[in-house]
Amino acid sequence: MSFLQTNLPYILAGISVGGQYALIAIGYTMVYGILRLINFAHGDVFMWAGLMMVYFSASMPLWLSIPMVLIVTVILGFAIERVAYKPLRSAPRMSIMISAIGVSYLLQNCALYFTGGLAKNYPTLPWISDTVTIWGATTKVVTLVTPVLTILLVIVLVLLIKKTKIGMAMRAVSRDFETSQLMGIKINTVISVTFVIGSLLAAVGSLLYFTNYASVTPTSGSMPGLKCFVAAVFGGIGSIPGAVIGAFIIGICENIIKGLGWTTFSDAFTFALLIVILLVKPTGLFGEKVTDKV
Amino acid sequence: MKQLSKKKETWLSVIGIAAVYIIVSVLEIFIPSTSILFTVLKKGAIYALVAVSMNLLNGFTGLFSLGQAGFMLIGAYTYAIFTMPVAIKLTDSVYKYYHCAIGFDMGFLPAIILAGLAAAAFATLIGIPVLRLKSDYLAIATLGFAEIIRAVFQWDELGPVTNGANVMREYLDLSHIKIPFTNIPFPPTLFVFLIAGICIAIIVLLINSSYGRAFKAIRDDEIAAEAMGINLFKHKELSFVISSFFAGISGALLAMFQYTVQAAQFKTAMTYEILLVVVIGGIGSVSGSCIASFLYIACSEWWLRFLDDSQYNVLGLDILRSGFRKVVFSVIIMIIVLFCSKGIMGDKELSVRRLWEKIQRKKAAKKQTVKEGAENE
Amino acid sequence: MNESILRLEDVTMQFGGVVAVNNLSLEVNKGEIVALIGPNGAGKTTAFNCITGVYKPTNGRVSFHDQVIAANHPHGKMKKNYAGENGDRYQSEKTVSHTPDVITQLGIARTFQNIRLWKSMTVFDNVLTAKHMRAKQNVFTATFRLSAGEEKRMRQETEALLEEQDLLRYRDELATSLPYGTQRRLEIARALATEPKLLLLDEPAAGMNPQETLELAAFIHDIKDKHGLTVFLIEHHMDLVMQISDRIYVIDFGKLICNGTPEVVQNDKRVIDAYLGVAEDA
Repeated sequence: MSFLQTNLPYILAGISVGGQYALIAIGYTMVYGILRLINFAHGDVFMWAGLMMVYFSASMPLWLSIPMVLIVTVILGFAIERVAYKPLRSAPRMSIMISAIGVSYLLQNCALYFTGGLAKNYPTLPWISDTVTIWGATTKVVTLVTPVLTILLVIVLVLLIKKTKIGMAMRAVSRDFETSQLMGIKINTVISVTFVIGSLLAAVGSLLYFTNYASVTPTSGSMPGLKCFVAAVFGGIGSIPGAVIGAFIIGICENIIKGLGWTTFSDAFTFALLIVILLVKPTGLFGEKVTDKV
Repeated sequence: MKQLSKKKETWLSVIGIAAVYIIVSVLEIFIPSTSILFTVLKKGAIYALVAVSMNLLNGFTGLFSLGQAGFMLIGAYTYAIFTMPVAIKLTDSVYKYYHCAIGFDMGFLPAIILAGLAAAAFATLIGIPVLRLKSDYLAIATLGFAEIIRAVFQWDELGPVTNGANVMREYLDLSHIKIPFTNIPFPPTLFVFLIAGICIAIIVLLINSSYGRAFKAIRDDEIAAEAMGINLFKHKELSFVISSFFAGISGALLAMFQYTVQAAQFKTAMTYEILLVVVIGGIGSVSGSCIASFLYIACSEWWLRFLDDSQYNVLGLDILRSGFRKVVFSVIIMIIVLFCSKGIMGDKELSVRRLWEKIQRKKAAKKQTVKEGAENE
Repeated sequence: MNESILRLEDVTMQFGGVVAVNNLSLEVNKGEIVALIGPNGAGKTTAFNCITGVYKPTNGRVSFHDQVIAANHPHGKMKKNYAGENGDRYQSEKTVSHTPDVITQLGIARTFQNIRLWKSMTVFDNVLTAKHMRAKQNVFTATFRLSAGEEKRMRQETEALLEEQDLLRYRDELATSLPYGTQRRLEIARALATEPKLLLLDEPAAGMNPQETLELAAFIHDIKDKHGLTVFLIEHHMDLVMQISDRIYVIDFGKLICNGTPEVVQNDKRVIDAYLGVAEDA
């Protein structure tokens, strides 16, 4: 029982950050499922959502800046897809990945330029930043809100994919891109919707994440971005429940490792996990095996 | 069209390359060594080597690996650790918090080779699990390994060897290199050019050999390559290990050039820079990587420096300030990736034969217009 | 006298719920031209892939020159799900499997249904690269030109092969710039560069007009005699098959339905029903 006592704050932190990672990981897994592209820029879109909140809240009241952040982040994700990925859809795979890396580089450098390299303080959002005590551990309300909100959003998303027409279109496109086009599915709409959903979730995730880790730097997105991609791979690329579970596992393990004192390795752990999963079961927990026709 | 004999072609190529080295030597004699020109030349040569090594792996074998920074780090640290004089290792001027575990030192040349071998050794181990992954997974896995390597080198427990997260200095940098058997300092830029040049020459020899063709076959269609008897794993591992060997050497050269190294600088961003150099130069072109590397470093360290300087601001707009240079860069790179994805050289090499044919064609066209002009009179 | 070059015994290939090749047994003897025919999706290319090591058969044995090159039996999870026949015949045997490059080393070369030439390389380099496998060199001797003799030999042999197939005039062209029929001949020349004893041709006449198909028939006879080969081919062009084959195996839904000389197969009722049909003016 005392293990739980000493480690409760870490486990709670793990669940909280896991939920935030889940929201970002969904964006990765959906884009990869449809375009077979690792959207290296997704983590930086998440970081920009945080930065935008800092700038908007300085000149607008919170009830206005929060929806503004959501809207502008969605526009950013949409624009990136249209400008940097759409023209390269028929190019070799390496080209589009290089484009994603280029966009990531551009977003980080723009952030560096605008912030002057200084970390920006995230505004305190009412209620979720309040401290609360649970089972003897002190934490912020956001730690409890995150998992609940995450699971709610995931349920809504899964319903959307299973029950709506656009959801069916998304499932078809991730199964077989070319045939879906031949069957008359508007590919551009499907892809744009995917990026819109991914960016929206990333924006929500940023609201929760930066309430916890109150400072935003230009590189705030790269590490979480990579970790969330690992979560998506771990859970089975293309599977939304898989990405969510993967994200929670990574969040919790990462914090337990910090709790055990091995802070330098909390990041490396995620990569070690990636390598293990790629060797043992590359299709991930919920992924499906695809055979190549020779 | 006048034909270019193979012998003449070889001679012209040799003269061309020799000219480069002679120019570098002449510059070093006459221009003060603090000039920014030498920084650009040295760093450009180092990046050229690592870009060519990355091109060998990505462009010629088709393995999209993002681990170069990790192998440069291994090379840099191996070089620094093994050339640091024992006397300094025993004091606490560098190893302030640890008791240094390596009790000897060696000369710069064996250390450079050891740097390459160390990187190659790590690559051999990493290649075994990683090379059977599909391209996008290979990218992320190698990126992951590079990050793990960086974390390991900053680990406290390995401090007695790596000095943990602290800076490595006081090793044999470029100012300590002397011409063998004399006490005359070796011109540093020429030294870097020589080492990088020899390494790039070896890579070119490899690419033009039977193994180079096997690599290209794997890149173009690995199922057909396997069906024609090329063992996929063995050849991919070979390409990976050789590429990492030279990345390690470029890391050692970087350490010599910078006078200090720290694990923290070998972030993934460095690999992205090299990747972008390769793309700008043309994936699959060695000369493209070299040219793009010098262009990139020249812009980054010298010509576009003014973009960061607020004294050039016009019209009262505070646009030019620190960080603007990198923004402009990123935009240029996106433009190249989106519109000229073939890069400067595409997949062709800068060759004497092609230049000759171009000149001959221009001459013939000129003769034709003169002839037409004469006929019309 | 009838030396067995290739033997398949009860070879079965199951993917998930689909049994693509079911209990296929066949034999190819030295110097023969044997054809494998059947409707689309019958399992012909899958059978080829089992022989060349691209797939590991779920059950059965493949032997080359009486040496087992692939052998497996349903075990573990597969044992429950196995839907083929003779699943217990090979239970006690050791499993054997090789990667395709090893199979090529042993002397089996193949071409592909969809031409797989190396797009960035010239005609000459496509064939030259296939010589890499047998060269006596390692990465150091090759890089530092210490094995220049081997390189010279490979180039001479490549030239000879291209000359023989009348492809030498295209030597510096990009392989994909050739007309379709010529590309197919190049792919065969490339396979020959690996010095095989058994040549597997997967639909060599696909996309060819009747004239080209006739030339291909002569071509196959030619290279068989010149290089002392045995040929095993998959084909849909019945005139080619009936003209050059010594024996034919007919496969439908993964199972063998008939085998024999062209006359026997042409008149077999099962084959006519499943595949060939009857001539209109019969």
